Amino acid sequence: MPRCFGSGGEITYLDWMLSAWGWTLSVSLLALLVALLFGALMGILRTTPHRGLVLLGTAWTELFRNIPLLVQIFLWYHVLPALLPPLRAVPSFLLVVMGLGLFTSARISEQVRAGIQSLSRGQRMAGLALGFTLPQTYRYVLLPVAFRIIIPPLTSESMNIIKNSSVAFAVSISELTMFALQAQEETSRGVEIYLAVTALYFLSAFAINRILHAIEVRVQIPGMIGGSR
Amino acid sequence: MKTTLTLGLTLAAALALAQPAAANTLDKIKASGSVTMGVRESSGGLSFTVGDGKFAGFHVELCERALHDIQKQLGLAKLEIKYQPVTSQNRIPLMQNGTIDIECGSTTNNLARQKDVAFAVTTYVEEVRVAVKANSGINSLADLNGKTVATTTGTTSVQHLRKHERAHGVDFKEVYGKDHADSFLLLDSGRADAFVMDGQILAGNIAKSKNPADFKFLNEVLSVEPIAIMMRKDDPAFKKAVDDSLKALMKSGEIAKIYDKYFMQPIPPANKPIGLPASEATKAAWANPNDKPMEEYAKK
Repeated sequence: MPRCFGSGGEITYLDWMLSAWGWTLSVSLLALLVALLFGALMGILRTTPHRGLVLLGTAWTELFRNIPLLVQIFLWYHVLPALLPPLRAVPSFLLVVMGLGLFTSARISEQVRAGIQSLSRGQRMAGLALGFTLPQTYRYVLLPVAFRIIIPPLTSESMNIIKNSSVAFAVSISELTMFALQAQEETSRGVEIYLAVTALYFLSAFAINRILHAIEVRVQIPGMIGGSR
Repeated sequence: MKTTLTLGLTLAAALALAQPAAANTLDKIKASGSVTMGVRESSGGLSFTVGDGKFAGFHVELCERALHDIQKQLGLAKLEIKYQPVTSQNRIPLMQNGTIDIECGSTTNNLARQKDVAFAVTTYVEEVRVAVKANSGINSLADLNGKTVATTTGTTSVQHLRKHERAHGVDFKEVYGKDHADSFLLLDSGRADAFVMDGQILAGNIAKSKNPADFKFLNEVLSVEPIAIMMRKDDPAFKKAVDDSLKALMKSGEIAKIYDKYFMQPIPPANKPIGLPASEATKAAWANPNDKPMEEYAKK
C-alpha cells in the first residue's frame, strides 16, 4: 500500500524533500548566526578611532565581498582542506556554513558600519563626555540605535541567506535545490517538484521576514528612523 | 502602445517557434541544403567539443556518415552541417521545435521520450557501473554497506543502486557532485568510497586522473541503457534513411572501427584513451539492429 512516508528504512520522495528542507534551514540559520556575529564585529571595528582595527574590518569586508559566493564555497570545500589537513575531518556541512556565513558577514558588516555612521557625531562625543569608555559608548549609546535602524536591510540579508544556501548543493549537501535537480530527473515530474520546492523556499524566507518584522515593531522608538508609525 | 506592439510581436514569434516544424526532414534538407546537428560538449567518447566550434565523437561521426549518405540519396552537390550544442534539459524541446534535425549525443532511448521523439537503431549500450579505489577493499556491491557513494546531481544512476541494494539490506550514504568532474573529485579525495555512473564517464575520468591505476570497477552492472541518435517523431522517411546508413555500418563491421577510434585511441582534450572496449551489450545491438527502449532491456 503506497504511503506518504516510508517506514523501516524505506525513503519516499516526501521524506527526502522534508529532510532536504531541514538541511536548507540548518545551513541557513547557522550561517546567519556566523554572519551576524562576524558582520557585527567587523562593522563595529570599522567605525572605531583605531586605524589598525579599521583596516582589519575593511580588509575583511573587501576580501569576502569581492569573491563570488560559489567560488568561496569551493575554496572552503576543496582548497582549504587540501592546504590545512585538520580541516579534512570537518564535515562538509560546517564548511558550507562557514563559507556562506563569512560571505554574508561582509555584507552585514557594511550595513552595521552604515548604521553606526548614520548617527550624529554628537552621540559618540556625548557618551565619551559622560565618562563612558569607548566600549561602553558603543554598548549603551551607539549600538542600540544603530541596530534598530538597520533591521530592514538585515531582514533582506537574512532572507538572502536562505536563498543563497542553494549553492550548498554544489558541494554535496542534500538541500532543496539538489533534491529538486535529482528528484525531477528520477521521477520525470519536474513541474510538481519545482512547485513544492519553490513553496518551501518562499515559506522559509517569508517566515524569517515575519520574525524580523515582529522584532522591528517590538523594539521601535517613536521619532527615530523606521520607528515612527 | 509601442510596448504592447513589441509584446505582441514577441508572443507571435514565440508561438511561431512553438509550432511543430515541417514533418518531412528530407524535404527540409533538400530545400535548404543544410542540416542542423545537435551535439554535446562533453558526453565522453560519444560527443565532445574539440574547441573552435568543432565537434567529434562516436555518435557525431556516425551522424556525419549517415548525413553523407542522405546527401547522396538526395543528389545534393553540397550539404552544410551546422553544429548546435544542446544539453540534457533542452535537447528534446529543440528537436520538437525544429531547431535541430538530428541529435548525436548521449540520449537514452526510453518509453517516456518515445512519446516526444524518435530514435534511430541503438548504436551504443551504456552500462551503469561502480568505480572504487583499487586499494579500498571494496569488491562487490555488498561491500558498500556503511560506505559513502557519490553520483552526479540530476542523473538517475544511483537510483538503481538505491532500489536494489537497500532492499537487500545494504545501507549506504549518498553524496552528490555538481557535475561528473566534481563527483570524481569526491572519490579521488576520499570524501566518497564509490562513484556510480555511466561506464564510459567513469572510464574517461579515470583515464584523465593523475594515477589511473588507483581505481577499479566493480564487476556488477547496475543497469543497461540503449543510447541512440535522436530524430523528430513521425518522419519515417528520414528515420529509414538514417537507420539504413547505420545498419550498413553495422553489417560491414565499420562501426567497430569508428568505436575504436573514440573509445580506445587517445582523444582530446587530454589526448588519453578512454580505454573502454565495446561491451557485449553494445556488440549485441550491432549484431541485431533494433530501436528497443530501455524498458525492454530491463525486462530480461
